[in-house]
Amino acid sequence: MTTQVFKLPESLKKDAKYTFCPGCDHGVAVRLVAEVIDELGIREDAIVAAAIGCSVTIYDFINIDALESPHGRAMAVATGIKRAKPDKFVFTYQGDGDFASIGWAESMHAALRGEKISSICINNTTFGMTGGQLGPTTMMGQVTTTSPTGRNEEYYGYPIKMAEHMALCDGVAFSARVSLDSVANIRKAKQAIKKAFEVQLQGLGLGFVEILAGCPTNWRMSPEQAHDRVKNEMMQTFKLGIYKDITAQQ
Amino acid sequence: MSHIVIEESRCKACYLCIKECPKKLIRVSEKTNALGNNVAEFYDPNNECLGCAMCATRCPDLAITEVYRG
Repeated sequence: MTTQVFKLPESLKKDAKYTFCPGCDHGVAVRLVAEVIDELGIREDAIVAAAIGCSVTIYDFINIDALESPHGRAMAVATGIKRAKPDKFVFTYQGDGDFASIGWAESMHAALRGEKISSICINNTTFGMTGGQLGPTTMMGQVTTTSPTGRNEEYYGYPIKMAEHMALCDGVAFSARVSLDSVANIRKAKQAIKKAFEVQLQGLGLGFVEILAGCPTNWRMSPEQAHDRVKNEMMQTFKLGIYKDITAQQ
Repeated sequence: MSHIVIEESRCKACYLCIKECPKKLIRVSEKTNALGNNVAEFYDPNNECLGCAMCATRCPDLAITEVYRG
């Protein structure tokens, strides 16, 4: 007997066609978010605060309510939505340039306030949509359009480690870093997203997931090479793992 | 029998699925879609597909829409 083991999630729009570059891991991340929304049965209650960057197009693909935020302010917008409608499920879908560069104050203070929201942040070590400039997460030695000789500490400083920083905030209930470089890690990423959503539903605090993803276009690599870089270089700087999970501590 | 369904109009020719398939049952087709890409094609003459769905899990463009096992 033949059984269907994979289908597209119901929360994705039926005619959705991704506008991401070929091989971009944003597509996988959006699908995982949609799958988790389906599994938790929260589509009718979910509201996403979309950010600026490649992540902005999430509301073109996912069939839930969405509100567009100014650059970096997705966590502040999500805070407003959640406080006005505490019975709704609210999450942000951001990139590292949005979350950790221009929006770091909003992100950090939402975490410190312990807002009951969830946040998915894609870390591709660069500003993807604007052409691959040096971002807050750019690795040491990495060549970008604004660091043509590679990132060095004297001039550019050091990359930010978001999952560790968020884990230090008392208001955060779950903080993890996952990767999309392999199928095994994609499955783990889905579990982490689900956990980050569940802590909000249980009213425990903020759920945060940092997702390491490749950016083949701006890294000037093939999709396969980009995944090798995530595995061999990014995962050395940004260690995978669950940095905080108060449900496990209980 | 196990098989996958590829929606060719969505394929952006990153070919990550080709690398992922443990039985190497996906290949580059000579057909092109509206995007001008030579799409990925499922080729399984000996019914070797396991229905593991690794290709669909990997596909970043929702092009592999269904996987059946059995």
